[in-house]
Amino acid sequence: MENKGFWKGSRRVYRTLIVVCAVLVIFSIIAIYLMNGEQLNVQDSNAEYSTLPDNGDPNRIVDGIHVRTGLVEGEGLMTVVNNCTNCHSAELVMQNRMNKERWISTIRWMQKTQNLWDLGDNEEIIVNYLVTNYPPVEKGRREALSDIDWYQLKD
Amino acid sequence: MQRRNFVKKATLSSMAGLIGAEIVFGNLLPKGYRPLALQDPDPFKMFDKDPEMVVLNSKPWNMEARAHLLNDKVTPNKFMFIRNNGIIPEKIDVQNWTLTIDGESADQTKTYSLAELKSKFKHHTYQLTLECGGNGRSEFDPPAKGNQWTIGAVSCAEWTGVRLRDVLEDVGIGSDAVYVGYHGADMHLSRDPNKEPISRGVPMQKALQDETLLAFQMNGEDIPIAHGHPLRLVAGGWPASVSGKWINRISIRNKEHDGEKMGGSSYRVPCKPVAPGEKVKDEDMCVIESMPVKSLITYPKSGATFPKSKSLNIKGHAWAGELEVSKVEYSIDFGSTWAPCTLEKPANRLAWQHFSAQIRFPVVGYYEVWARATDSNGKAQPMLLPGWNPKGYLNNACHRIAVKVT
Repeated sequence: MENKGFWKGSRRVYRTLIVVCAVLVIFSIIAIYLMNGEQLNVQDSNAEYSTLPDNGDPNRIVDGIHVRTGLVEGEGLMTVVNNCTNCHSAELVMQNRMNKERWISTIRWMQKTQNLWDLGDNEEIIVNYLVTNYPPVEKGRREALSDIDWYQLKD
Repeated sequence: MQRRNFVKKATLSSMAGLIGAEIVFGNLLPKGYRPLALQDPDPFKMFDKDPEMVVLNSKPWNMEARAHLLNDKVTPNKFMFIRNNGIIPEKIDVQNWTLTIDGESADQTKTYSLAELKSKFKHHTYQLTLECGGNGRSEFDPPAKGNQWTIGAVSCAEWTGVRLRDVLEDVGIGSDAVYVGYHGADMHLSRDPNKEPISRGVPMQKALQDETLLAFQMNGEDIPIAHGHPLRLVAGGWPASVSGKWINRISIRNKEHDGEKMGGSSYRVPCKPVAPGEKVKDEDMCVIESMPVKSLITYPKSGATFPKSKSLNIKGHAWAGELEVSKVEYSIDFGSTWAPCTLEKPANRLAWQHFSAQIRFPVVGYYEVWARATDSNGKAQPMLLPGWNPKGYLNNACHRIAVKVT
């Protein structure tokens, strides 16, 4: 008898708990939606985003690009991601075009002044990745205007 | 639209609920500001920037304008470039914000609350041109290290604050004072609390100018977070990096300030000209002071196509660091001939000046409209890149736009 009463009581508690949890979950979803509503909407309407399989892999590569950082796929990619995108973004890496010597001196500067650790054998891997995938481009003293977006001028 | 308003009105308690902690001083959050813990990865929303602005770097945040976005006479926040060296302060407590003046050449160490600064000293408002020392870096060959700014790291907003001079004089300036150095509340990228991301400054002469402000307002409102809220040193006409953000300490130094990014190749150029790519020793580098003469065609946007029967009205701004711009000219034949633009006087010293011209084209075809400004000392912008330097500073080469006459 006592046992039965206990189970009855605990089932009630259990049910109440489930209701409380459900309410919490619903409220959280509503809150998150309100905070990010516009953003979610943008993604919904963008087929490119919704069809991408999000398999939860932070290092997935799509069309030769490491999605999280934008770095191109190549030998040494993950060494670069792991050592060069902690303090600053990968954009800073990609927009700087240097040869081997200047990359090494940049690494020394970061080690001396910016708390970059000793890269050991990874240094060669990193520098090789950079000079192979992001080599300097000769620009001369003044480049021609390019990527001009032509349009009709309205008064 | 309605939902948007609703989102904006998201209450502090709902934010607190999401963060999982009370937002201390939540009542002091600036309007429209969302705590960093909630900051959406969308920098345009986070910093209230126009979607046409260009992000160069997301850590630290660096963003530039495009020429046609800078057409306003006074640059609104949405078109103002962001240049950060470190992490934007995560907690800004305006109520308890203080500014301490110290240093070898300060007669005393004195601390002011923000309210004291505002009530004790007279307010002044100036339009001040701020240009990043590295604006135009992307054009240097061999490439120079750093954010690859094109032409958009410049702005001229209206700044309101107290004169740095008034505050320094209230503290007492020692007779051996040489320089002031600022310290801000931003954090080093490595999050090492013993490191400052940037701590630069100006010689006393610049510090004591009428237009050198400790500003708390930009364009009549609280300074936006990304631009130094609640207190920014603003010294127009010099590399914008001397206009320190989130200022909480200023040191009056008896020598050139030796803070972070005052030495090495940071904001310094070879004292004597060097060949492109040449190695330069530290001791042969000199700190950049006034920025060189420069101009930007802000209307029309490059790529305009129009009939030959119509003339083209161009507009833009010109500035010359500490100096005034004495003339602006344009060329449609790659510099063979130049014609004058109408040039306005600056709103005040160190404000950019507006120019305009009406251009007729002789035959149909492709043209480039080039603009060239000359400063009050007779120095004009070069059409080619100026002298190469290791970090790619001071590119003041002429700006040009492409047009097609049909």
